[in-house]
Amino acid sequence: MKAPFLATCGLMAASTLAMADTPVLTVLTYDSFASDWGPGPVVEKAFEAECGCDLRFIPAGDGAALLARLRLEGARSEADVVLGLDTNLTAAAAETGLFAPHGVAATLDLPVDWSDANFLPFDWGWFAFVHDTTRVPSPPTSIEALAESDLKIVIQDPRSSTPGLGLLMWVKAAYGSRSEEIWGKLADNILTVTPGWSESYDLFLKGEADMVLSYTTSPAYHLIAENDESKAAAAFSEGHYLQVEVAGVLANAKQPELARRFMEFMVSDAFQSAIPETNWMYPAKTPAGGLPEGFGGLVLPETSLLFPADEAQALRDAAIEEWRGALAR
Amino acid sequence: MGLTLEKLALEQGTFRLEADWTVPQAARVAVIGPSGAGKSTLLAAIAGFHPPASGRILWAGADITQLPPGDRPLSVLFQDGNLFPHLTVAQNLGLGLSPRLRLTQAQREAVAGVLAQVGLGDKAERKPAALSGGEQSRVALARVLLRARPLLLLDEPFAALGPALKAQMLDLVDRIAGQTGATVLMVTHDPEDARRLCPLTVVVADGTAAAPTATGPVLDDPPPALRAYLRG
Amino acid sequence: MLAAAIAGLMAVALAVVFFRAGSSRLGAADWAAVRFSATQAAVSALASVALAIPVARALARRRFAGRAGLIAALGAPFLLPVVVAVLGLLAIFGRAGVLNSGLAALGLPQVGIYGFHGVVLAHVFLNMPLAVRMILHGWQGVPAERVRLAQSLGLGPGGVFRHIEVPMLRGVVPGALLAVFLICLTSFAVVLILGGGPRATTVELAIWQAVRFDFDLSRAAMLAAVQFGLCAAAVLLAARWTAPAALGAGLDRPLALPAPGGWRRMADGLVIFVAALFLALPVAVLVVWGVSDLADLPAGVWNAAATSVALALVVAGLTALAVVALASAVARGGGLARMVEAAGMLPMAASSLVLGIGLFLMLHPFVAPSRLALPVTALVNTLMALPFALRLVLPAWRAAELTQGRLADSLGLVGWARFRLAVLPRIRRPLGMAVGLAAALAMGDLGVIALFASDQGVTLPLQVWRLMGAYRTDQAEAAALLLMGLSFAVFILFDSWGRRGADT
Repeated sequence: MKAPFLATCGLMAASTLAMADTPVLTVLTYDSFASDWGPGPVVEKAFEAECGCDLRFIPAGDGAALLARLRLEGARSEADVVLGLDTNLTAAAAETGLFAPHGVAATLDLPVDWSDANFLPFDWGWFAFVHDTTRVPSPPTSIEALAESDLKIVIQDPRSSTPGLGLLMWVKAAYGSRSEEIWGKLADNILTVTPGWSESYDLFLKGEADMVLSYTTSPAYHLIAENDESKAAAAFSEGHYLQVEVAGVLANAKQPELARRFMEFMVSDAFQSAIPETNWMYPAKTPAGGLPEGFGGLVLPETSLLFPADEAQALRDAAIEEWRGALAR
Repeated sequence: MGLTLEKLALEQGTFRLEADWTVPQAARVAVIGPSGAGKSTLLAAIAGFHPPASGRILWAGADITQLPPGDRPLSVLFQDGNLFPHLTVAQNLGLGLSPRLRLTQAQREAVAGVLAQVGLGDKAERKPAALSGGEQSRVALARVLLRARPLLLLDEPFAALGPALKAQMLDLVDRIAGQTGATVLMVTHDPEDARRLCPLTVVVADGTAAAPTATGPVLDDPPPALRAYLRG
Repeated sequence: MLAAAIAGLMAVALAVVFFRAGSSRLGAADWAAVRFSATQAAVSALASVALAIPVARALARRRFAGRAGLIAALGAPFLLPVVVAVLGLLAIFGRAGVLNSGLAALGLPQVGIYGFHGVVLAHVFLNMPLAVRMILHGWQGVPAERVRLAQSLGLGPGGVFRHIEVPMLRGVVPGALLAVFLICLTSFAVVLILGGGPRATTVELAIWQAVRFDFDLSRAAMLAAVQFGLCAAAVLLAARWTAPAALGAGLDRPLALPAPGGWRRMADGLVIFVAALFLALPVAVLVVWGVSDLADLPAGVWNAAATSVALALVVAGLTALAVVALASAVARGGGLARMVEAAGMLPMAASSLVLGIGLFLMLHPFVAPSRLALPVTALVNTLMALPFALRLVLPAWRAAELTQGRLADSLGLVGWARFRLAVLPRIRRPLGMAVGLAAALAMGDLGVIALFASDQGVTLPLQVWRLMGAYRTDQAEAAALLLMGLSFAVFILFDSWGRRGADT
């Protein structure tokens, strides 16, 4: 009974020894980034080809779990780089004092201005409600119109999910003091709330809900990977909230030089060209070869909404209370 | 020097039973008395399941009061549950020789031997549930024979059997005790059983287990508490 | 020793989390979560057990082709990864499900599954089979001698119910209620998805929020402590209500429960049919979804499957050792035994997230957590499985000591020999089931591994999760089917070991 257990421990020890001679850059990231189907494997191969090092990803849940993990480890973290926080988390991440300036000067292709000494974006996307055009031929054109329709939507819980928190910020950014009223009107459209994005999206694909909170880029997956043109994101007139995903170097990095090289690499074509078809987001810096074909037909919101990190942090607790109050009624 | 109960006092709630006597070696003693008088409790104490409130239990002069049940020089048969239902007849017997059931060839032969003696040579691989009541009793007795402990305690193990079958079993006990030279203490409520097997009788009544006396006289002229019980 | 180690580990893990940060207070929302958790868990437990009793009785007194297979298959829903199970249920009861499509075709109004009743429905689906198995053990434990006595006294079904079944149920029902209550108390994904929103917030979700966004560890620890209190109260209540089965010893004769004819026969058949349908349909849907993509699953999924099987076997071994050690101490009785039993029940109070964080904080100064993902997962899963394993094994062990302890004593059976010859054959059935459950649940566990996640030893549920997160729904469904199949196989492996030689 114990053999597999011991074998596993042995394997771990053996792999530790094997890595001892080349420098190892350890990147703490969210789980889907490092998975076989995420950007991880491509990025690892490309960076190792040029750095003469071993790039090691430690996957830890999602963006929020990443930050929790980092706070648990504190200054003794084995990671050199943390990759995968979003703008709802960066203020709290900065407060930990664990991050050092990344020192990379790059011009990025974000729909908003970006300047942050600690955190460098690697991709971004607009939150959006995705629907099936065969079932919802004429989708609503704003959150308020959605709230007045009979459509059923699935969203994610802002207490356990980063997109869920993104929607809270979206409503806040678009409607300000009217946000509570909007949530009150949305309440009867919300079929249910799931802990994370995956469950929501699966419920939508199974036909349980008419629309799901996701990204404008979601239809690109169905188009490119499944040749399915029926999925679309609805363009909302009040604008779409942004999710900007960033990475930062830890002040206590054991490989500060490698970490900085990784940050440079992160905004290079080799990294960025992997993003659209593995992370299904927009690359932070459009690669020379442009975006994949399937991205051409995606909805392009005219207005991008985004709170600065500290403002988002300040708004969060009250927004969650407001959301909870409106939906619990 | 056989079994000695030295100023023995047993307590269970408000119930109290005292005994202070000796049974000679190889004696056969009936334990008789009204229901609830404490016959089973007395045997349980001797077997080691009921720690006495005070006093000592000695076998051949050695104090066995503190010994765990399995280490006492005795075998005990209860009213029921003398066999493990999940073990075969042969395994149940084997336990009498080796608690780990690791039997030598000689021990295996001994098991087969006693089984043949009790007339169950062909039932070694059966489970107890597949045996009749009489057969189960014979298996339990065969184990007593195997263990060959010098003291045998019988707590009405044959009460459920018919008269003819019970008589057979008592004969078997007689034979086995004769073979092993064992001292027998037998709880019964049938005076005929006592007369049949046991020259001596201990009367348990009114909080006392009296010293063993000759069976015939005490049954012919029982003390008042026993008389009420025997004659109704 | 082991009991002290477990109690110590639990206490230290909780304390480490608690003292990591300053104190904070629980707000009204937290208390609402506590109330909701307890209410939904209590209703779910009552519904699951109430429905399980007739099913268990019908299974106990009827013999039909496929009965053994049906009893074995009862394990399946309990072993499903929760999210997958919910998707299977929605395929039947959901807005676009079979039921509502049928109703719509008949021009009838739709039935909504989202809300409190949906949560209860899902919990019944997941846990009723477990309750059926536990209660069936009770029926199977009725000695044939008692049944014969009842028959000889001419007791009809009513009399058998009053004099045999009710005393038996008094012994097993509180344990079953307790088990389902505790499972549902820490339920989180089911409650959120089917509960329909923030009205349905459990303590476990509040703990997640405290850890992930607020990083308020002391609040997480306080919530965990409240959860602990609820569990302890439930354990005490169940212990108070549990009447020791006073049915006496038997000779393991093949049990032939009276099988009354007439309408009762029809009713039993209907009960079995409806229960089987309710449990089988969602599982069947998952099989249909998954089976087409099973052949072209990526290699990473198969590697993960191997890791998960190894993990499950390690947990099985650890659980067997721990439960035998603890139960042997408890079955001996005495004041110490009660403390040991309480220590064995401790883990069920712990949120696996808080337990994981505690272990993380304890280990982090010495070893990089990412190197410990699998050992810690094995340890936490063993701890979490212990309370249920103890609940299952202890009654049988106690009964063995009660009915055959004297015989074993008189023959000088002690130590290993006593366990092997006198106890193990009597506890084999619940032990096999308990170890099988522990292994299968460890196989499906996603909780702790996420916190300790490392680049090595990806487990199968993590791969399912990753496939879902990468839009690859079809492959995720196939991988989930593989996970379900493997979990079930591991469960069956141990469960059938336990049932070998016993009449089911």
